[in-house]
Amino acid sequence: MRNRQATQLIFELSRPGRRAVRLPECDVPEQPLEELVPSRHLAGEPPPLPEVTEPEVVRHFTNLSTLNMSVDTHFYPLGSCTMKYNPKRNEAMASLPGIVDLHPYQPDETAQGMLALLFALQEMLAEISGLPAVSLQPAAGAHGELTALMVAAAHFRNRGEERPRVLVPDSAHGTNPASAKMAGMQAITVRSTSDGFVDLEDLEEKLDERVAVFMMTNPNTLGRFDGQIVRIAELVHERGGLIYLDGANMNAILGKTRPGDFGADMMHFNPHKTFSGPHGGGGPGAGPICVTRELDPYLPRPIVRSDGERYWLEHSSERSIGRVRSFFGNVGVLVRAYCYILSYGGEGLRRVAEHAVLNANYLLSRVKHFLPVPQGDRCMHEFVASATPLKQQKGLKQPAMDVAKRLLDFGFHAPTVYFPLTVPEAMMIEPTETESRETLDAFAQTLFRITDEPAELLREAPHTTWISRPDEVRAARQPVLKWEPTRDATGDAQR
Amino acid sequence: MYLYETEEDVREMLEAIGVASVEDLFAQIPPAVRLERPLEIPGPLGELELQRHMRTLADTNVSPSSVPCFLGAGAYDHFIPEVVNHVASRSEFYTSYTPYQPEVSQGNLQATFEYQTLICQLTGMDVSNASLYEGGSATAEAVLMTMSQTRRYGRVVLLRSVHPEYRQIVATYVRGLKARCVEVGWGESGAADPERVAAELDDQTACLVVQHPNFFGGLEEVEALAEVAHARGVQVVHIFDPISLGILRRPGEWGADLAVAEGQVLGTPLQYGGPYLGILACRERFLRRLPGRLSGQTVDRRGRRCWVLTLQTREQHIRREKATSNICTNQGLFALRAAVYLSLMGPSGLQEVARQCVQKTAYARESITAEGRYELLFAGPTFKEFAVRDRQGDVRGALEQAREEGILAGLPLESWYPELADGMLVAVTEKRTRAEIDRWAAALHR
Repeated sequence: MRNRQATQLIFELSRPGRRAVRLPECDVPEQPLEELVPSRHLAGEPPPLPEVTEPEVVRHFTNLSTLNMSVDTHFYPLGSCTMKYNPKRNEAMASLPGIVDLHPYQPDETAQGMLALLFALQEMLAEISGLPAVSLQPAAGAHGELTALMVAAAHFRNRGEERPRVLVPDSAHGTNPASAKMAGMQAITVRSTSDGFVDLEDLEEKLDERVAVFMMTNPNTLGRFDGQIVRIAELVHERGGLIYLDGANMNAILGKTRPGDFGADMMHFNPHKTFSGPHGGGGPGAGPICVTRELDPYLPRPIVRSDGERYWLEHSSERSIGRVRSFFGNVGVLVRAYCYILSYGGEGLRRVAEHAVLNANYLLSRVKHFLPVPQGDRCMHEFVASATPLKQQKGLKQPAMDVAKRLLDFGFHAPTVYFPLTVPEAMMIEPTETESRETLDAFAQTLFRITDEPAELLREAPHTTWISRPDEVRAARQPVLKWEPTRDATGDAQR
Repeated sequence: MYLYETEEDVREMLEAIGVASVEDLFAQIPPAVRLERPLEIPGPLGELELQRHMRTLADTNVSPSSVPCFLGAGAYDHFIPEVVNHVASRSEFYTSYTPYQPEVSQGNLQATFEYQTLICQLTGMDVSNASLYEGGSATAEAVLMTMSQTRRYGRVVLLRSVHPEYRQIVATYVRGLKARCVEVGWGESGAADPERVAAELDDQTACLVVQHPNFFGGLEEVEALAEVAHARGVQVVHIFDPISLGILRRPGEWGADLAVAEGQVLGTPLQYGGPYLGILACRERFLRRLPGRLSGQTVDRRGRRCWVLTLQTREQHIRREKATSNICTNQGLFALRAAVYLSLMGPSGLQEVARQCVQKTAYARESITAEGRYELLFAGPTFKEFAVRDRQGDVRGALEQAREEGILAGLPLESWYPELADGMLVAVTEKRTRAEIDRWAAALHR
């Protein structure tokens, strides 16, 4: 239950002289600090951090936590983010001594258990993707995209081909074109048809010898599997390009089809989505990539290798792009993914995809009666409804936003709204496989009830949350990005 | 296990959808590319079997919780107060996501705002973002910021005493942009000579990347370096150790333009290298080029103080290819850990951790060099790490010997620095005791 008194910032709780941590006395003979560190390097004072006690810190952050919706407390159908249940056993396994405390530069002989785990995970991801070469290094999906584009660039450089372009469908995640730019390439947009599929004509027109990679999300961001994929792969490969698969939507196709089998040359996984790693309020994720054997030499190193008995890190490859982050990778996230995959096994993963798709289609069958779903009445793991009719019916300017906000009043997290950009007033709904039919029914009923409510109720929603409709324009025009003692008065006055 | 699969449910749901079988829902996938066999993956394992399996794997590793760890090089075995674990294991934090709906994410948004403030207090910089992946890629992002800010795309100058992996990452990131990375070596004491550095800076140089304390634990003459850089319009990217700022001058005070760090030391366990926390703070003028999320203060429609994601027009989900970076998912949970850690430590706690690191490092440095087999590679002052050379030329043998005695004693430098073939790098945090340091020094002398 929310403590309504607890509205202060940690800095406002600070009182001089309070402290929470006491270290043991220093047990080595001490020397005057100025003899060890020349005074020109020393600060006059330690940094002006808050001074608080341990009970205050605990109460402060615990109260903050109660202001969040989360998967453990609420249905969280945030499309494209796969907010499935995060198994507690995986948290415990990733926190075992011997796992959570290993130093990244321990000698390989002292980390054989960890290397065995990571080697097995490489093999699992290769099997699930149908692409044999794996790098576990990238730290997030977008980081995986960037890494793979660098791999592609190195591949073409090695072949002496000048291919500066990357093709990206207009329905793609924003990370795709942003990654292309960071890799020093030019992102060119390919149109989608009204069904949300790749416009083959437009693709053919733009596909020339300057194109390195076609980045594709399949199932796409509209929750549809693009069956033209075989033809698309032929076209791209004929012209010497590579296909990158954005693996954000792998939850829909685990064990049903494999990117490597439908023509992808490179892809990333989002273990925090597909393999249940908790999202951590914004991260960590991980973004392991899988590529064809031909592209293996370009992958970042290290990669775990094995002769069947011992495991070791292979640190160099002459043609490797180098490194995209320090140390091995987001191992904590990878350990959870490993536990998740093992818990299900191959057959179980297929059932995960089936239930994700079943739940999404079931919810779609409920929702389509009162909100249009432009892409039809079948989907994979998610679907995109449009709130456009409410514009006319109720005179709402931003109906998707208003419905999203009103859902919060009923204890549901909102779907992803205004994405993909190709659907007006988009509401992207991904229920995941770990929700019951009763939850889906309750959500659909609530959504229906909301579409029937008076406009005023929606326009000012949410009504029951701690805050409502923050002034985002003010936040952007007069940015206040940190607390400062002088700002205290105005902040206080508003409480 | 985590599925609702009673036959009745499935049948009724299929009926409502209007299909005969679950398979029909996959009709969108062309038969030619269907996988017609089960995935060849071991399992399924029940919880008890998974526990057994994982414990077996964990026990095969040598765990730094049970043996003294003198390994550092960017990842350190610091003390983590239990409150950090407690807060980070609140479900409402770790099972939520990016606060797209501020009304039901005030916990994350306020914690992020507090994190940003704490990083500014720590560094003396104007602005901090909500976090990046880890120190290395944060350094690369900072370098890219200086390139777009100065419109100098030709050259990036890095001290050779910057973490070797960070230098590799920067090189990987700027390769597509066709910029040149130039390295400048160290002087006699281990610190870079500002005059030598100045000679490498030209009007196409976007930035100078300085790690201080550097990869070998040594202190750089940062003020002099900033002076020669700024005289040529070159921005200074400072890679700092957050713990060191308990006693060292803050980057904001001596003139760094951007400050980046590996935030693992602020309450995140070692985890074999990640996930960690990329800290990036900068001067106000870089704000519009800052990558990643930002939490900003505002008021809601009833006038109540609150926080939202702000300045999102810098970001990929709005700007696509015109964004300042492709970053989407960051390290929210580890920014939270850092916020809790810094709140718990406060000024006096952080100062004490830093002070003990310096004292214990000095003690270890003197112990190991007392007998003559090892000599310091660099004579200059160090913070919590130092490099020594084995006059007998058998670093690997010595480390192997120490390992047999149950000590992770140090890192051979040769693979990163061929010129330091007989060298090793040793880190001593506040967690090491005098007894452990004595055992360590003895083990390296057998």
